[in-house]
Amino acid sequence: MMTNPTGRITQGQFSFLPDLTDAEITMQVEYGLKKGFAWSIEYTDDPHPRNTYWEMYGMPMFDLTDPAGVLMELNACRKTFPSHYIRLMAFDSTRGIESIAMSMIVNRPANEPGFRLQRQEVEGRTMRYTIQGYGLDRPEGERY
Amino acid sequence: MANPLYTIPGSSLPPATPSAAAGVASNAGPSVTAAATAPGTAAGAGATALIAGATAASAAISTADAAAPPAPRTVAGVLAQSQVESVMDELDRDLIGLAPVKTRIRDISALLVIDRLRAQLGLAAQAPSLHMCFTGNPGTGKTTVAMRMAQILHRLGYVRKGHVVSVTRDDLVGQYIGHTAPKTKEILKKAMGGVLFIDEAYYLYRPENERDYGQEAIEILLQVMENNRDDLVVILAGYKDRMDTFFQSNPGMSSRIAHHLEFPDYGTDELLQIADRMLDSTHYRFGTDARDAFDAYLQRRITQPHFANARSVRNALDRARLRQASRLYVDRERELSADDLSTIEPADILASRVFRQA
Repeated sequence: MMTNPTGRITQGQFSFLPDLTDAEITMQVEYGLKKGFAWSIEYTDDPHPRNTYWEMYGMPMFDLTDPAGVLMELNACRKTFPSHYIRLMAFDSTRGIESIAMSMIVNRPANEPGFRLQRQEVEGRTMRYTIQGYGLDRPEGERY
Repeated sequence: MANPLYTIPGSSLPPATPSAAAGVASNAGPSVTAAATAPGTAAGAGATALIAGATAASAAISTADAAAPPAPRTVAGVLAQSQVESVMDELDRDLIGLAPVKTRIRDISALLVIDRLRAQLGLAAQAPSLHMCFTGNPGTGKTTVAMRMAQILHRLGYVRKGHVVSVTRDDLVGQYIGHTAPKTKEILKKAMGGVLFIDEAYYLYRPENERDYGQEAIEILLQVMENNRDDLVVILAGYKDRMDTFFQSNPGMSSRIAHHLEFPDYGTDELLQIADRMLDSTHYRFGTDARDAFDAYLQRRITQPHFANARSVRNALDRARLRQASRLYVDRERELSADDLSTIEPADILASRVFRQA
């Protein structure tokens, strides 16, 4: 599509860049740990922008000092779900913020068909629009 | 005077030799010469001085390149660039006795230096396996050295962050099925980049109870110790005979531990030095003859059962402090100086029970 030539979904940080290497992910995790963030891993195969809460892969990892532990879990998640979307999220627990500070997609399916525009005509020829992923035609687990 | 068309980017550097710049600019006239000799004032330099500045700047850049330190090819060269020597000196100063430990750490730091030299010549320099097992009687410094080891390895560059996570069996083993693996993995993730210190490691293995989940924790440990060797250093500690039994029943664990260090019991003079250090750190000191009295105390105490080396020394000193306090308490009207309050007299030590059993 002309507005998104590569067809990759652009959700989260660095999503317009090519895939981050493990070394680059390590650097980002290190940055988050230095700022005191807690990293967690989530996965899904429903990439709709309104799908806020993906499945958690294990509990958020508090009190970590080094990125190696996060990378270990991430690689285990990639091995378990090789063709799901996996993202790393960093939670900032400082008082007044208490929300996700960083969120990046670190694993994608090989082929991302994207979304179609769904049109619905209601009374008086008013159109309502929504988007629907092509992958969601198939049941969960078989989409990518 | 200054012509902006001739501004050269490198001309912000002061001329390497002001006399040379002055010499080049001297034929332009007195005012330009004065501007050229002023250091670092590129804005004030005239056209001819700018040319002088350019040649001086290029000279300055080339000398800067030549002045960069060459890659060291000798041990002394590497030592000059790293903290290895100061680490070794600190170790010798702060730890009393413990010859096998110091020897092993010296070997590890020597390997670090040699690896640096190898890396510069393009030879493979893989970090050695650093998992360790400390065995010895109680009070010989196993936990203390484990804490120091994290610091030492961090300063040598073998571990990335240098923190210590100190656990026992309870922190690794769960209470119900499915509890152990996430618990152990969480501890391991927290310890990565530093040292995982497992005290009394043999409690992990309970062969008589088949519903015990210690074996699962051991297996996860083994896997991470092997696969994440660069991220984590595991130090086990415990009494020698029980650790031997533990290793016999877990050959996988034994083969992953590269360094088995035995902590010998301290000698009397080493214990005296430890006592001196302990008193020093708490702003006490031995009075006249008090040190000899303490020596006599140690001679007797060592022969008695349940002697715990440095810990027994600490307890004895604490009891001496109690007796000193009681002694000073009696005279309520006396004004106590800092000296009075910090001196341990022989009487405080000789009141001990070990002297009564003479």
